[in-house]
Amino acid sequence: MSAALETLAAADSIGGSINTVGFGLAAIGPGIGVGIVFGNGVQAMARQPEAAGLIRTNMLLGFAVIEALALMGFVLAFAIS
Amino acid sequence: MSNEEVLAFETDCHLFQDCGFPAPSVWSFLFEPIAHIGPIEFNKIMLLAFLGTALILTFFWAAFASPKVVPGKLQMVAEAGYDFVRRGVAREIMGKKGEPFVPFLVSLFFFVWVMNLWAVIPFAQFPVTSAIAFPAGLAVVVWVTYMTVTFRTNGFVGGLRNLCVPSGLPKPIYVILTPIEFISNVFLRPFTLAVRLFANMFAGHLLLLLFTIASWYMLGSFVGTLYAIPSLTLALVLTAFEMFIQALQAYVFVVLTANYLSQALEEAH
Repeated sequence: MSAALETLAAADSIGGSINTVGFGLAAIGPGIGVGIVFGNGVQAMARQPEAAGLIRTNMLLGFAVIEALALMGFVLAFAIS
Repeated sequence: MSNEEVLAFETDCHLFQDCGFPAPSVWSFLFEPIAHIGPIEFNKIMLLAFLGTALILTFFWAAFASPKVVPGKLQMVAEAGYDFVRRGVAREIMGKKGEPFVPFLVSLFFFVWVMNLWAVIPFAQFPVTSAIAFPAGLAVVVWVTYMTVTFRTNGFVGGLRNLCVPSGLPKPIYVILTPIEFISNVFLRPFTLAVRLFANMFAGHLLLLLFTIASWYMLGSFVGTLYAIPSLTLALVLTAFEMFIQALQAYVFVVLTANYLSQALEEAH
């Protein structure tokens, strides 16, 4: 084992739990979703600038619904420990 | 408080001193009570909530107590805030029917926003809405309004139809869709409404705490100071980001409320 790896293995002050990994996994899906929502929202606004207000409202609505999933994972990472 | 629950500001622990990083966690959201009123423990969160409510009341009272046709400065600002919710939310989503709900939506928006805003105000620096009781209470208020409006506009059977049976779909789908719609509308909507606001503010406060505590923790040695500078910069950048998120969450809360209410106001086909 190299010296760097040994230092890494000995760094027991960096605590953690499987919850953190779980939240990381739970954030993948909503990450993709938020990307799609904003990507398509911006595209729609570019194609039809006069409808920008309506699109923005609905875009934020979709964003909020998707984001709730990621945040539920975040809360559960604290709740189940 | 046990030993590991002491914030880094309260200790002289720094990098390379072998005392471990005091990471913020759930206990950062608990406060010692300032005073006892009967069985109720009065703590910092409640103090901020009362202060915020008083602030909103005074502001709107001062602005609208004696309204003028040509508005003064204060009335102008208050009117701009009121009009933002009326035009941007109520009109956009609910249309003409939303007019009676504008005061409700305006109160909700400003309450949530001010409660969120406490997170970045110096010396307060704690978002009231990151205590689950506050978003949960607001969600209950919204839920009661939603149910009342649903059953008042459509009657009992029509209200149930409104909640469970979306119109215009092929018949066999309703077997699956009706229970899903019922659970989604009646239980999941208030739940996600509360949890979204709570989790956003909880995560935001935790993030700010993490970077501020880290920048204090890493001070002391030359190398540590080099690490501390980016950490502090990020804390400042995230503060700005948090201010954006706070306004956005207040907006989203009101938009979703308006969305539910507009669905409740739809006439049965």
